[in-house]
Amino acid sequence: MSILVGQDTRIVVQGITGKQGTFHSMQMLEYGSNIVAGVTPGRGGVKFNEAVPVFDAVETAVRELGANTSIIFVPAPGAADAVLEAAASGITLVICITEGVPAMDMIGVLSYLRGSNVRLIGPNCPGAISPASLCRVGIMPSEIHTPGRVGVVSRSGTLTYEAVNALTQFGIGQSTCVGIGGDPLVGTSFVDVLTMFEDDDETEAIVLIGEIGGNREQEAAAFIKSGGVSKPIVSLIAGQSAPPRKRMGHAGAIVTGKSGTAEEKIRALSEAGTTIAPSVESLGEVMKQVLRGSTA
Amino acid sequence: MKLHEYQAKSILASYGMPVPRSGVATTPQEARDVARHVGTPAFVKAQVHAGGRGKGGGIKLIESAEQAEDVAASMLGSRLISPQTSLTGAPISIVLVEESLDIEYELYLGIVIDAIAQAPVVIASKAGGMEIEEIALEHPGLILREVVQPTVGFRAYQGRRLAHAMGLPSNLANPVADQMMRLYKAFVDKDCSLVEINPLVITKSGQVMVLDAKMTIDDDAAFRQPDMPSLRDWTQEDILEAKAGQAGLAYVKLDGDVGCLVNGAGLAMATMDAIKASGCFPANFLDVGGGAEPIRVAEAMGIILADPQVKRVLINVFGGIARCDDIAEGIVRSYLDSGKELPLVVRFLGTNKDEGIRILKEAKPDTIFVDYISEATKVLQDITIQ
Repeated sequence: MSILVGQDTRIVVQGITGKQGTFHSMQMLEYGSNIVAGVTPGRGGVKFNEAVPVFDAVETAVRELGANTSIIFVPAPGAADAVLEAAASGITLVICITEGVPAMDMIGVLSYLRGSNVRLIGPNCPGAISPASLCRVGIMPSEIHTPGRVGVVSRSGTLTYEAVNALTQFGIGQSTCVGIGGDPLVGTSFVDVLTMFEDDDETEAIVLIGEIGGNREQEAAAFIKSGGVSKPIVSLIAGQSAPPRKRMGHAGAIVTGKSGTAEEKIRALSEAGTTIAPSVESLGEVMKQVLRGSTA
Repeated sequence: MKLHEYQAKSILASYGMPVPRSGVATTPQEARDVARHVGTPAFVKAQVHAGGRGKGGGIKLIESAEQAEDVAASMLGSRLISPQTSLTGAPISIVLVEESLDIEYELYLGIVIDAIAQAPVVIASKAGGMEIEEIALEHPGLILREVVQPTVGFRAYQGRRLAHAMGLPSNLANPVADQMMRLYKAFVDKDCSLVEINPLVITKSGQVMVLDAKMTIDDDAAFRQPDMPSLRDWTQEDILEAKAGQAGLAYVKLDGDVGCLVNGAGLAMATMDAIKASGCFPANFLDVGGGAEPIRVAEAMGIILADPQVKRVLINVFGGIARCDDIAEGIVRSYLDSGKELPLVVRFLGTNKDEGIRILKEAKPDTIFVDYISEATKVLQDITIQ
């Protein structure tokens, strides 16, 4: 029916009493998301919005209220610690919204999580939303989403909202929309999410939104080409007009090859048989044609 | 954040990595004194945040202290243009005067964070002295890699393995491995995203030395790297980019005349793409960020309007956390401050859109409002450039 988040999702919000945590927890509650608890170390015992209990530790939320999904709004210096606490407390899906987590922290976190049954999404991501079950675990504007059969996966935030908006305006609903995050070091890749969409009965087609830098899109293209995904995919790559990235160091360019450009990514995704959308606004139209073609 | 060679070397020296005798100078007289102290022959090396310095005339051999003074006089205050700088080059305000060594081997040694391996990777090559891109193109087989398991760190055996694979004599394996471990420790402690020693030399007398060093520190680690502000050299960055950096805004200067202010990096790129596809050219990339408050937007807008190349402005905001009325207020403030009458095209969507439009209409009645990006680019094409 959806991937990652849905009817069975029981959310604990880490950093619920902070400015961002408060704002988005309210939005999530209004949408219908099942927030069972919040966590702010040192603030345990208070109630959020007069209803949601706030604990000092994630393990209390897991033990007493069966939380299984965490969303993190903890500021960057403490974000890695928050992910590790969630993982060590029995949470199986951790969505880290926080932007600006040091790379060295993420290396430690990812190494810790490898081989475990904990899935991390992000950091620096908008989260995930499954409109049919009114489950939003993220910061996306709720009102642009509508239930349907297209899965969306993206490295971006606002560009994803723009894409979803374009789909909704064409009457195309979404099964689940997932932002995997804009950092080079993230817990979940395009390939991970594509695999989930492929296995999801309610997802009929997929939108993949990539951008310049790194080679995650090529990794996805290779996976699609090797038969990993049979469902139709429309892809969009942002950054065709960007100059060579100024921050890209020499040795970095070596490790990832010359693959960081939009042209390379579009070529790879096109060769893998996905349909390239020329602009974000065209996504609705392009997806409509693709869906028509796949049912014909 | 990039460091200068002399800053990187001073950090590496504090980790016990041998560096040549050297000193920095900001005046020709100082350069002469340092050369006397260091001894000649020596090299005068321009301190700029760009590679390819040798090709740009930024590294010169001098035979005497007087010559050091002359060379420093020609470098200091000028701009170095190399294959890796912008066309206008990078300003030289510091030179490093450094002893000349008798070299037996020149190696490449670097550490980066590999996004696919999700770990630091130590890179080594016996083709040191060449740019790593050139080695990759001409001798890809000479680039060696060791992925680091972060919980145990870079180990001595990995260093010896790299030394052997580079074909070094076995008596050098341990000393080279030792330097690699010191470099890795500095990389982790200082939250680097890149270090490069090119070349790491072995002198005729068998000593390992850091001859050139590049270091980039992860900006996200600023909160725990207290030395970062004092090591930062804003003069090495584009003036508007530096100003944006100080304000915490993601801004990149481009060559076109359409200034753009967008919320979100992906949408900012997509907006630039749309402008370019329509035949116009973006003047910049600017992500004003998520919770953009009026003062921050005003700062962002001020940077766009300070660019003399900007002839028209496009605002594209998908309101979520960012509110269109906040954005509108910020825009109005900086437009009034600037006194510029540039045409303004605005596309607002989402949170408080109507209020944002009302604020702008009142302050700048000739603002053109559109609903779609494609509509915005059409309008931009039609605006006559003064």
